[in-house]
Amino acid sequence: MNQEASHYAETWKKPHFIKSSFLRYSIYLATIAYFFLAIYTMEVNWTRVAEGIPRGADMISKFFPPDLSDSRGVILDGILESIWMAVIATIGGILLSVPIGLGAARNLAPTWIYLFCRGIIAVSRTFPAVILAIFSVKFFGFGPFAGFVALSIETIGFFAKLLAEDIENMSKSQAEAVRATGASWLQWINYAIQPQVLPRMIGLSMYRLDINFRESAVVGIVGAGGIGAHLLTSVQRYEYATTATVLISIIAIVITLEYTSGYLRKWVQ
Amino acid sequence: MLRLQNLSKRYKTGDLALNNVSLEIPDGQLVALIGPSGAGKSTLIRCVNRLVDATGGYIYLGDREINSLSSKELRRVRRRMGMIFQEYALVERLTVMENVLSGRLGYVNFWQSLFRKYPKESVHEAYRLLDRVDLMHMVDKRADELSGGQRQRVGICRALIQDPELLLVDEPTASLDPKTSRQIMRLIRELCAERGLAAIINIHDVALAQMFSERVVGLKQGEIVYDGSPEGLTPDVLTEIYGKEDWEKTIEKAEDDDAMLDNGVPA
Amino acid sequence: MPTIKTNEGPAWRKRTPLKQWLVWAGWLIGLCIAVYAWQLISEKTIWMFVFDAPSQMADIGKRMAPPDWSYMSKLWRPVWDTLNIATIGTAIAMVLAVPVAFLAAHNTTPHKSVRAAMLFIIVASRSVNSLIWALLLVVIVGPGVLAGTIAIGIRSIGGCAKLIYESIEEIDQKQVEAIKATGGSRAQQMIYGIVPQILPTIAGVGVFRWDINVRGSTILGIVGAGGIGIQLNASINVLAWTQVSTILIVILGTVFVSEYISAKVRGAII
Repeated sequence: MNQEASHYAETWKKPHFIKSSFLRYSIYLATIAYFFLAIYTMEVNWTRVAEGIPRGADMISKFFPPDLSDSRGVILDGILESIWMAVIATIGGILLSVPIGLGAARNLAPTWIYLFCRGIIAVSRTFPAVILAIFSVKFFGFGPFAGFVALSIETIGFFAKLLAEDIENMSKSQAEAVRATGASWLQWINYAIQPQVLPRMIGLSMYRLDINFRESAVVGIVGAGGIGAHLLTSVQRYEYATTATVLISIIAIVITLEYTSGYLRKWVQ
Repeated sequence: MLRLQNLSKRYKTGDLALNNVSLEIPDGQLVALIGPSGAGKSTLIRCVNRLVDATGGYIYLGDREINSLSSKELRRVRRRMGMIFQEYALVERLTVMENVLSGRLGYVNFWQSLFRKYPKESVHEAYRLLDRVDLMHMVDKRADELSGGQRQRVGICRALIQDPELLLVDEPTASLDPKTSRQIMRLIRELCAERGLAAIINIHDVALAQMFSERVVGLKQGEIVYDGSPEGLTPDVLTEIYGKEDWEKTIEKAEDDDAMLDNGVPA
Repeated sequence: MPTIKTNEGPAWRKRTPLKQWLVWAGWLIGLCIAVYAWQLISEKTIWMFVFDAPSQMADIGKRMAPPDWSYMSKLWRPVWDTLNIATIGTAIAMVLAVPVAFLAAHNTTPHKSVRAAMLFIIVASRSVNSLIWALLLVVIVGPGVLAGTIAIGIRSIGGCAKLIYESIEEIDQKQVEAIKATGGSRAQQMIYGIVPQILPTIAGVGVFRWDINVRGSTILGIVGAGGIGIQLNASINVLAWTQVSTILIVILGTVFVSEYISAKVRGAII
């Protein structure tokens, strides 16, 4: 080709994402140092790991095929308890989310209510359901009621925040148009806010039911009802067939819930 | 030379996009492919480099038949054909230089392409092409920072760095404003002339087709209904291709535009 | 929205009568489910304890204050372990999630059966809470940080791979086609056409998941899988409430800091 135009460069290097080379190498070094330290300080008992491998193999072998007979009916019982716990916690959580979400919307609520509601949301979002469940059990005693309370609070953190943000981001003109007709506050909520928010909320509530079910399977580990307690005892008693059955049931239910919520969301919109 | 022989394409939906198309394009010829939407223009171009597989007929590039190639041979043949796309189809998050060099992917191995270790000649050629289309100052910019006209020029460089024998150009001006459209078409014509390249250009705009090509092929419902000089596009011919419409104005406009551009008067 | 005929002439309704009826039926079914579920739960509840809850809360609240700040010095190591579980767990998960995602996305999978297998791995990993994974792993590899790290890793593969494969399926296919047209091989189409498009998603998913995992790894100690949960569990078991409140404050702080960092990093990437 054009031989005389040889003044063009013959190499090219892609510009780096982090332009300063000092910063770049510092980040590389810090990353390597961190991972080295983290792995170095991880105390692993390798003889214990080696001992556990056959036990792990035994556990995995119990999945093929799983024992679905559930002779004493305890697994079915626990699973159903988990499902109902998740259902009632989702419903209860959503009902409580409405007032708290309205209170946590800056454009609706006075400041002190706003701060109070935001505080509830922050606490419930920070602590995992299991920690809330530990305290629930201390307050309300063992059983599904404690799990219901813990999951409801988690649900509030999820929904009230979304609801508040939706209301804050909602088009103001639409809300004002209704207000201009002379509607009362409640009518205003009903006509201007509800139609914009409701379809999405139904979809999200199915999504939350899914999460709540997965959580309801673990709160039992700390005594808050559901299948978790059986799971814990089955592992402690080396009854891995039961463990396998429970895990498979959980996975099956989550898949079912996901499909149902997909259909329901399409139907609502 | 590209030769299509009884080329047909039927989509799985049952639509017959190409019906027995035969066409011969000698080296260095610029052919405009016109026709209404859905006439099969895009399908025809995509059959040539087998982005779409034809369901019947033969395609010869030189004396190589393309329809029956294995995937490895197909890679070798594809690099002999440069393609320019309607909405540029640049990799948006890569730099201009990477987009141009990606035209050499058919020539380098996986590791070279992964680490961007292209041969010196390729990098040199990339700079030369970018200079040719006035984009030297944009080399390290990301493709999504460029304007439409600039992106299309990068797309042209990517096609040319393949060192092709044939350019396949799919609606190069559809997303550009009229002035930029003319500049891009002019650039394609000049570059083809410089390198003695043949090109098939799909184009919506009849006026542009007349201005910049030496031969026009009219396609209607997958069949060739016109094949001749741009001057031969009479209102009757256009009616045959597109259906009834007042075509006198379109043709006059093309002549006016062309005269104006050739005199260097800004559009 | 239809207009229907009534005795007083046409009237406007939001929905057709049948649809309106279905909506009411839906609400009714929902109500029945709620009542039934509530009944089942309340059967298993000892209401005396529930009514006693306010006094319990007041009692424990009183015992938790003031937090035992001297206990703080013993918590740095557990916090470090907790963060390591989250970080290394996320790193392991991301390394495995990217190939799983490529095998699961319908436009990059080599075969339908591979896609089905990957989708099953994803759903199985996501369905089971990290605490359950930890419970099983403690049996296999023994109690400690290793079990927690692997548990977080296993649980996160599904979560990360799901988001990544969805974004692979949503890429702009034309950019890939252009690379194909230059004569690029399948692998080259992947690194030039697909990877640049999903790289921001991958980075975002990693940071997002890390934030979730910090929260998740605070509790793994309850089943012995390392981190600050071990101290939490121990202090609750011996009713050392002032230590419990210290631990809760430390968890709160850790979670806030991780949320802040993840928001900052995500802002820098996108």
